[in-house]
Amino acid sequence: MELVCPAGSLPALKAAVDNGADAVYLGFKDSTNARQFAGLNFNDKRAGEGIEYAHSKGARVFCAINTYPQPDGWETWKSAIDRAAALGVDAIILADMGLLEYAANKHPQVHRHLSVQGSATSYEALRFYKDNFDIRRAVLPRVLSIDQVRGVAKHSPVELEVFAFGSLCIMAEGRCYLSSYLTDESPNTRGACSPAKAVRWQETAEGLESRLNDVLIDRYGKGESAGYPTLCKGRFEVEGSVYHAIEEPVSLNTLDLLPELKEIGISAVKIEGRQRSPSYIADVARTWRQALNRLDSGADGFLVDPAWNKTLSGLSEGGLTTIGAYHRKWK
Amino acid sequence: MMKLSLGPILWFWSKQSVFDFYANAAEWPVDTVYLGETVCSRRRELKLADWLEIASVLKESGKQVVLSTQTLIESEADLRALRKICSQQDYLVEANDQSALQLATQNNLPFVTGPSMNIYNSATLKLLAKQGLKGWSLPVELGQETLQQLIAELKAEGLDLPAEVFAWGFLPLAWSSRCFTARHYNLPKDNCEFRCLQHPDGLELRSRESQELFRLNGTSTLSGSRYDLMREMPGMERMGVATVRLSPEHQGMEEVVRRFDQMRRGEIPSTDPLQLVEAPPCNGYWYGKPGMDLVTGQAQA
Repeated sequence: MELVCPAGSLPALKAAVDNGADAVYLGFKDSTNARQFAGLNFNDKRAGEGIEYAHSKGARVFCAINTYPQPDGWETWKSAIDRAAALGVDAIILADMGLLEYAANKHPQVHRHLSVQGSATSYEALRFYKDNFDIRRAVLPRVLSIDQVRGVAKHSPVELEVFAFGSLCIMAEGRCYLSSYLTDESPNTRGACSPAKAVRWQETAEGLESRLNDVLIDRYGKGESAGYPTLCKGRFEVEGSVYHAIEEPVSLNTLDLLPELKEIGISAVKIEGRQRSPSYIADVARTWRQALNRLDSGADGFLVDPAWNKTLSGLSEGGLTTIGAYHRKWK
Repeated sequence: MMKLSLGPILWFWSKQSVFDFYANAAEWPVDTVYLGETVCSRRRELKLADWLEIASVLKESGKQVVLSTQTLIESEADLRALRKICSQQDYLVEANDQSALQLATQNNLPFVTGPSMNIYNSATLKLLAKQGLKGWSLPVELGQETLQQLIAELKAEGLDLPAEVFAWGFLPLAWSSRCFTARHYNLPKDNCEFRCLQHPDGLELRSRESQELFRLNGTSTLSGSRYDLMREMPGMERMGVATVRLSPEHQGMEEVVRRFDQMRRGEIPSTDPLQLVEAPPCNGYWYGKPGMDLVTGQAQA
């Protein structure tokens, strides 16, 4: 299985490649990709340097252009595809059907990967994207159980990449409008969920409050560690109880599932986190490289090294990890 | 004159409630009715045969019937249910996922797309038109400015693809494999005791300052405020919107339909307030603002 790591900057890209990533994915400095953060991502020059570095070390580079352009943005998104192709990326990660068609017609030689934002959760959906846009690979949303992933993989007409580690999206990606309901930006429109511009922290008599466009997302008592106010991970009230009504602030970690993912025929595991620092990327990439190497060594039985989980937990939201929807009971 | 449609019932109601609702709806001034379960495969109060029975009654009453499909397809069983819908030839199908697009096009079945299908530009509309698209819904997070551009671009291409706008009801905002209603009751999803039946208009989720944020509805999450574009109808008509969608609620729906019907006929002023069931109104998306916002005083008669 291929290890696909995030790169939000050139140092992060180098950290990923130096620590064992088989491929890195990056985006341009605008809302054409789903991790639009201030100070993050690549201009053409930096992207060119990154691609050259990765290629010199035998790693591939994917470019994410995985938001949905509206009429005003169409030319910008189209030109992002042209720029990615001209820079020599190995694949473009796309979600919008209009853009997929454009890329397939204009740059047929550049592989197309279906982004997780394309919301394909069945092999019939994958066939649609394969038949119409000849995609090479698809990234599955983080909502399927391991048995469901197996079912998709059995009949999939394309390579599959699944999320292995990082922030956990609990909603089917590409069809979640919660962020634009509270703020005016969503992953689909602006490449942003719970955007930083709308976040406000406030120390009050009742505790530290995190707000998103003035909406109270969470309030932390003394000794509680506060997390970024991603709106689905806040504490809310339902019928008089206050709890994490949608999802706890935890990270996805599928180390334990590696043998099964390999046996199912998954082609690549993906690490989330283009917003993360180079040292985070280095630690995560190194850990997953070791795990994949042990898996591939074919030694009888794959045992997760407790040190790996310790490293990954230390890098996780709230220090907690879960295998999420892969485990049916999580649902 | 613009058409009025009744969207699919997004909530889980008992079989009898559903039959009663549509028996009444057959008499209402709506042109199109979307039928079927779009949220959760565990909601099996009605089988396809039941839906088809309702469909034939509505058809006899002069309604156009469209069969809606599940939004999040997860299992082989989900695909089997979808294949049944996409292998009938009597009704148009509303594709809410690419799985449905694939099965409809494979069977040469004409289809329309629901608001969860990501159509953000005319390139997407053009390619779907080649596959048999007969009409489309604007994604809920998009507003009038984008819609106006899309309609203009379609016109320039000579494409006749009627546009539908979700104009009244709690907005469907997200779908998950997790069931939030079962989670609320500390029940596993596979043994949820069908608690959604007890919440025919969802579970209210509020901030700790009692602000109504969302409605939990099984595996789907809806807006906490009710989207209401009634006052925008004259503008929609000028823009060339074909159909205005009203999302079913178990109380007061007939009155909602009548108000929208009067409005499209120009019989009541656009400032007439419509507040039937307790929930704050919103219309932010239409104005390119946060969906929960309420913009007042901008609509023109």
